[in-house]
Amino acid sequence: MSTTFTKSMARNIFYGGSVFFFLLFVALTVDTTHTLPKRDNSQNITPSVERGKKLWETNNCIGCHTLLGEGAYFAPELGNVYKRRGPEFIKIWIKSQPTGAPGRRQMPNFHLTDEELDDLVNFLKYTSEINTAKWPPNIEG
Amino acid sequence: MQYQSQAVAKPYFIAAIGLFVGQILFGLIMGLQYVIGDFLFPAIPFNVARMVHTNLLIVWLLFGFMGASYFLVPEETETELFSPKLAIITFWVFLVAGALTVLGYLLVPYSTLAEMTGNNILATMGREFLEQPLITKIGIVIVALSFLFNITMTLLKGRKTSISLVLTLGLLGLAVFFLFSFYNPVNLVKDKYYWWWVVHLWVEGVWELILGAILAFVLIKVTGVDREVIEKWLYVIITMTLITGIIGTGHHYYWIGAPEYWQWWGSIFSALEPIPFFMMTVFAFNMVSRRRREHPNKAAVLWALGTGVLAFLGAGVWGFLHTLAPVNYYTHGTQLTAAHGHLAFYGAYVAVVLTMISYAMPILRGRAANSEKAQNMEKLAFWLMSISMLVITLLLTGAGIVQIWLQRISPTPMGFMAVQDQVSIFYWLREGTGVVFLIGLVIYISSFFVKGGAKAAA
Repeated sequence: MSTTFTKSMARNIFYGGSVFFFLLFVALTVDTTHTLPKRDNSQNITPSVERGKKLWETNNCIGCHTLLGEGAYFAPELGNVYKRRGPEFIKIWIKSQPTGAPGRRQMPNFHLTDEELDDLVNFLKYTSEINTAKWPPNIEG
Repeated sequence: MQYQSQAVAKPYFIAAIGLFVGQILFGLIMGLQYVIGDFLFPAIPFNVARMVHTNLLIVWLLFGFMGASYFLVPEETETELFSPKLAIITFWVFLVAGALTVLGYLLVPYSTLAEMTGNNILATMGREFLEQPLITKIGIVIVALSFLFNITMTLLKGRKTSISLVLTLGLLGLAVFFLFSFYNPVNLVKDKYYWWWVVHLWVEGVWELILGAILAFVLIKVTGVDREVIEKWLYVIITMTLITGIIGTGHHYYWIGAPEYWQWWGSIFSALEPIPFFMMTVFAFNMVSRRRREHPNKAAVLWALGTGVLAFLGAGVWGFLHTLAPVNYYTHGTQLTAAHGHLAFYGAYVAVVLTMISYAMPILRGRAANSEKAQNMEKLAFWLMSISMLVITLLLTGAGIVQIWLQRISPTPMGFMAVQDQVSIFYWLREGTGVVFLIGLVIYISSFFVKGGAKAAA
């Protein structure tokens, strides 16, 4: 780099650039927050969905599965599992774990009550109705 | 060692390496579970192994950053650390808290752990990488504050160099953005949106400031190139980091329910994110080729050059590979993401911490550089670990491409688990390569115990 471009110039561009782009990020975040209600399905967040999300978290589901593509890649995507499998299948599946099939990946049994299973399914239904710009590409997730 | 208080860095580095070993062992467990699904089930289910693997990574890198800061800041500010005692207390608090958290993951069902640790008061657990119990999160904040206080007080009483300022700014950002881990709205879209304020703004934002500062410090020391030149480079690199990386957060907002304009913002800005990493590579090689001294610690020079190259490959190239929205539509949440994650973390953060350890540890042990034999072992370890991580990345990329094809592009898409069976050959090879990585790590640790022939202290 030439000597006409000094360290203090570089420093000033750093501070100026960083502040500018952070403020731009904040502005886009404000706009996002205003736009979200049209896309985020928040009108369907019920107390049951809220309990379901907590169950999702306290059983560390994200430690194996992805949800809207984020999480671990060990087990299937669950953002659209409500549409792929339907509520009854999901509940029966969770209750029948682990399969114990030798050599196969195992999901623990979380000993959920029927009410908790309903909450979890309601959470997955709410998630499946978020507008994700047509992701995933197909039902397999 | 120029300042007595730099010695507090040593326990931090030792703890970092110890936890690194734990991280790799759990990585190998998970790798095996990918192909032998019921391995160690139900004793260590996959989700538990993964939590331990990723959380140990974060914690040992933080130990590394803190140790690096305690070594670097006294030398840069030309004054003793404000409080070495506080640094040692913080060390033990962090180590005990980290150990208890990992034991909690391993010994108690996660939902019980949540109940025991106040998750009902404020629910923050069960989100990727932020699985720590509330009390651990509060502990992390306290440790970070006490650490920042110590560093800032030292900075205030001493010389204020660009390197120490950039480092402190990065550490401050690290602490500030971690606070978003306490925000967990029921609205899943908002939850995910702000989750990235911790995860992305850490690794593709403020952590890069820390990385740049550490690399610049080591390069000044081992090359003897003029500080003005190196610090100018540092500013240019971190400028590019933040002007691309902040809006680049948008590449995580494509498919989580955020407005679709993020596909444009995210694609354009994150496509530029490789630039600062490329500059870092050019910077490292340029400084070494313009060196004004032959530093006896050749291993540290190798690590410094390796950081530039591997960070560019892992974070830059593998990031770019799937960052454009039309590509990411197919690659999102597949093994391709895992491939990128592995080489990016190794190339950028693991490598820079090991660069610092390589440079600082001999000095902390009273010599300018280790013996020829020890350095040769360390270099061998560098090559084994770096090449095996590159191979792991290539194998996961292969798995990812096949997975994307079979599950998402093929006219007759297969289900997730059926696809996993199809790609198991990649997972087996990855596991074998992981064993090579472990061998590299064992050689790396052994290099600290090679006796005799040490070069005289600086």
